[in-house]
Amino acid sequence: MRFTNLAEMVAICEQEGKPIYELMIEEHVQETGTTREKVIEQMTESFHVMMQSVERGLTEDIRSFSGLTGGDAKRVYEYAQKGKTLLGKQATEAVAMALSTSEVNAAMGLVVATPTAGSCGILPGVLSSLKQSLGATEEQLVLGMFTAAAVGYVVANNASISGAGGGCQAEVGSATAMAAAAAVELAGGSPTQAIQAAGLALKNVLGLVCDPVAGLVEIPCIIRNGFGSVLALAGADMALAGVRSVIPPDEVILAMYNIGKQMPVELRETALGGLADTPTGRRLEKQIYGDDTKEA
Amino acid sequence: MSSSFRHSFDIIGPIMIGPSSSHTAGAARIGRIARNLFGEEPEIAEILLYGSFAKTYRGHGTDVALVAGLLNFPTHDNRIPKSLQIAKESGIAVTFKPGPPNPDYHPNTVRIKLSKGERKFEMLGVSIGGGAVEILEIDGFKVKMTGQYPTLVIPHADRFGVIAAVTTILSKHQLNISFMEVSRRGRGSEALMLISTDEQPPAEAVAEIQLLEAVKRVSSIEAS
Repeated sequence: MRFTNLAEMVAICEQEGKPIYELMIEEHVQETGTTREKVIEQMTESFHVMMQSVERGLTEDIRSFSGLTGGDAKRVYEYAQKGKTLLGKQATEAVAMALSTSEVNAAMGLVVATPTAGSCGILPGVLSSLKQSLGATEEQLVLGMFTAAAVGYVVANNASISGAGGGCQAEVGSATAMAAAAAVELAGGSPTQAIQAAGLALKNVLGLVCDPVAGLVEIPCIIRNGFGSVLALAGADMALAGVRSVIPPDEVILAMYNIGKQMPVELRETALGGLADTPTGRRLEKQIYGDDTKEA
Repeated sequence: MSSSFRHSFDIIGPIMIGPSSSHTAGAARIGRIARNLFGEEPEIAEILLYGSFAKTYRGHGTDVALVAGLLNFPTHDNRIPKSLQIAKESGIAVTFKPGPPNPDYHPNTVRIKLSKGERKFEMLGVSIGGGAVEILEIDGFKVKMTGQYPTLVIPHADRFGVIAAVTTILSKHQLNISFMEVSRRGRGSEALMLISTDEQPPAEAVAEIQLLEAVKRVSSIEAS
């Protein structure tokens, strides 16, 4: 790769007059020695799996393995169809579709990690929504996935995309930044606007802890995916309107990394703190595992 | 920058059975690498879990994923949720326990000990997020293997000419080496060679290396 951070990435895009997704595809071809057709074909396969998981959660009765979650995607989707929503139909549907993929994930169904399974709902939620609001084609949405991948690549190598490493900000935060950037390019925004959207969105989840009840990727992960999709769209809209992150997006990523390191281990996917350590969190944990939960 | 994540599909992907890329998909990949390094189905698998792996392995399906990997299942295999039962039916005795706390370890670390008859194997693996993994120890040798590139893992006798012989074979098959690592227990004793290549080495190349007298065995690990 010819870039290690977002600023370098945008500089190349501007110099060569190409969108982020184009640069990412070219760099991928260069790095792996494969062909452009093959790379796009592989991404299209992932896109299909993503759309299948969206569809599954909206049409089937999904229950997670623990039995704690499932059905909210359908609930929100049906509510959106009634037409009277506060966010507007398309944003509410994005929520439903993000919840859907996350519910399928919690039920040990087939998903695409984007960038992780815990945050796998946000990108499909946003892309499904853009399919409707922008009338984006499958081909365009697949290109948008390369924009998302480029931002994720920078975050993963400069900070973290692991809840155990950096808390939920590293998972839902990264996914939100990725989806925001993709949304901007799909809407015709510039590479600069795309990374601004990523920076703006990521700023809003800094410090978000990873505190899954009973250690399951369910509570609060599924709901946070729903919120993440709206946050990504809001970030994209702000950037398209010309809002800039005063703290440059690369510095926001660095801040995320440092906050992750400062986060106590109880709040990094160990199920020892936060929501996991509430009376209800503990009761649910006991309900699932019995009393035999303290071996580690 | 460490560049543990190399390209688009390290970020968008893997296509996987949920619920966690680090605790399920990464664990499945680590288990599968262990299986491929061991080279056959083990009779006994002792699995030591550290950090977040130890605390939350059941909820994330880390246990079923590791065992699915030991059964050579890929991350998207829909048999993953039933792997414990499948392993039992194949006669693999699996035990899980927390490893002794080690502050130097990444929170998602696992030590896998496999055996079959007299053969024993031990590996330390880390799931670093998004399904990406690193192998940090193989049979006591400190290594750093990411599984991003096809990798040959070759235990061999420490003597002159072995490395040259192996790389000559790779060169004959027009395989470009992207990364190489050699370590040994002591002069003239056991050594371990890791060679990553841009393309997957063909079976003939692996067989030729296997024929070298100083080479104990060759494991060819596909890029994940």
